[in-house]
Amino acid sequence: MRGGGLRIYALIYLLFLYAPILLLPLFAFNSSQIIAFPLAGFSTRWFEELVTVDALHEAVLNSLFIAVVSAVLATLLGICAARTAARYRFRGKGPVLGFIMLPLVLPEIIVAVALLTLILQLGLDLSVWSVIAAHVLICVPFSIAILQSAFQNLDASLEEAAVDLGETRWSTFRLITLPLVMPGIISSLLISFTISLDEFIIAFFLSGTDPTLPVYLWGLLRFPSSLPVVMALGTILVVLSILLITTAEFFRRRGLARTGATDSGGFI
Amino acid sequence: MGPPALYALLMLAVPLATIFAYTFWTQDGLTIDRTLTFSNYREAFNDPLYRQLMLRSVWIAGAVTLATVMTAFPIAYFVSFHVPQRRKALWIFLITIPFWTSYLIRVFLWKVILGYNGVLNTTLLGLGIIDEPLSFILYNANAVVITLAHAFAPFAILPIFVALEKIDRSLLEASRDLGETHLTTFLRVTLPLAMPGIVAAALIVFIPTIGDYVTPRLVGGPDGLMIANMIQTQYLRLNDAPMGATLAVLAMAIVAVISALVFLASRLTARIWA
Repeated sequence: MRGGGLRIYALIYLLFLYAPILLLPLFAFNSSQIIAFPLAGFSTRWFEELVTVDALHEAVLNSLFIAVVSAVLATLLGICAARTAARYRFRGKGPVLGFIMLPLVLPEIIVAVALLTLILQLGLDLSVWSVIAAHVLICVPFSIAILQSAFQNLDASLEEAAVDLGETRWSTFRLITLPLVMPGIISSLLISFTISLDEFIIAFFLSGTDPTLPVYLWGLLRFPSSLPVVMALGTILVVLSILLITTAEFFRRRGLARTGATDSGGFI
Repeated sequence: MGPPALYALLMLAVPLATIFAYTFWTQDGLTIDRTLTFSNYREAFNDPLYRQLMLRSVWIAGAVTLATVMTAFPIAYFVSFHVPQRRKALWIFLITIPFWTSYLIRVFLWKVILGYNGVLNTTLLGLGIIDEPLSFILYNANAVVITLAHAFAPFAILPIFVALEKIDRSLLEASRDLGETHLTTFLRVTLPLAMPGIVAAALIVFIPTIGDYVTPRLVGGPDGLMIANMIQTQYLRLNDAPMGATLAVLAMAIVAVISALVFLASRLTARIWA
């Protein structure tokens, strides 16, 4: 491999990218209450404290519920959009797809206050459902990005052959299309779940009296004494995210291999 | 396309239209006064605090964009030109992993790294490189730039990487056969061809950065607060949704105008280059 100087730069850059999440477990397992070097000693007391907080358990349940529902809804909508985008051509397809993908670049605070204003205007209450509504919106573009390549790499003649052999449109979708794009669907579910689980800004505006895990964490950040617990909770969250994303990447690659496409790398 | 388009219409277009309508209304105690007025816009333009926050947001987002794109380019270049084909996907995956972990936690850890008794200061003091802790790296705009450059790194790397991957390698050989050096080949062939990726990267970083709320609040200090913090204050503290909506709409308008200008400028440059 060439590029000596660049290679060193690349390694330093990776260190910069990973610095925060590498430091996190150091402080989570540190027995001192103060988040600074030098470390005091190894301890699992902050993790043990997590078990005893009831408010935290509620936040975890809210977050899991929101993440599961958002992931399923976003992926269902993503399947509709990605399949249409890959199969059909029609007037206005570009602008419509562009509009659906808009939340990808829209600042999250705009999505948050726009929905908040509408909910206030309609006189509805904030709940886990208002967060779900917004999370589906921001997860759909990611779901489409993942599923679009899955549908695009799908050979249309396979579906045509199934129809010629007497299958209905639905049974063709179930027997031919679905198994081939299944890895993409699983990848989309996992990515959407991860995005929703970690999302803070929108949840902060829309969760009302049902705080999600990041909103609960945000509340803890104000109290210096609760910071080690934040570190412990953060470590669990980061490990969970990495596991989910690695699994998603595994399925995405398997999907590409199944449809015989080459890997272009990355989700986006 | 029907269901997702309908969903985006109901959950995005309708809410955006609603906040646009709110900008012409005013808050009257606990109720909304629906008489049409430009008073919110007048206040937003005339109040020096709003103007300062708006300018600072543009300035910080610009600095973040510049820092992120300039540091990201060598990485994208390295992965595209120096990493063997079969390892590229792994590198890209490694670069994107931190992006998928909790944003809140990552920003908070930067506060721990950059603080007065933080990781960076204690390490540098321990190594004897500095005599007293550096104070210019936390609770100001610098800290916001560093933290956001970290948060948006993959957004900048991926578009540039994709643009570099599309470059036909035989063009580079041809350029060298015709007597250009490595450097002039890079400047006259690689860079112009990578431009669409660089512009895309700049816009993808700039647009969400201007609306960031967490980073200025956690590491920015009083001089690092941005317009999103004021939008939050208007909505959740002052209970003035119309003013918050006005600031949000103005922030979007500024982002749209700057993005359009950058896009047009890049088109123009490309034409002159060609």
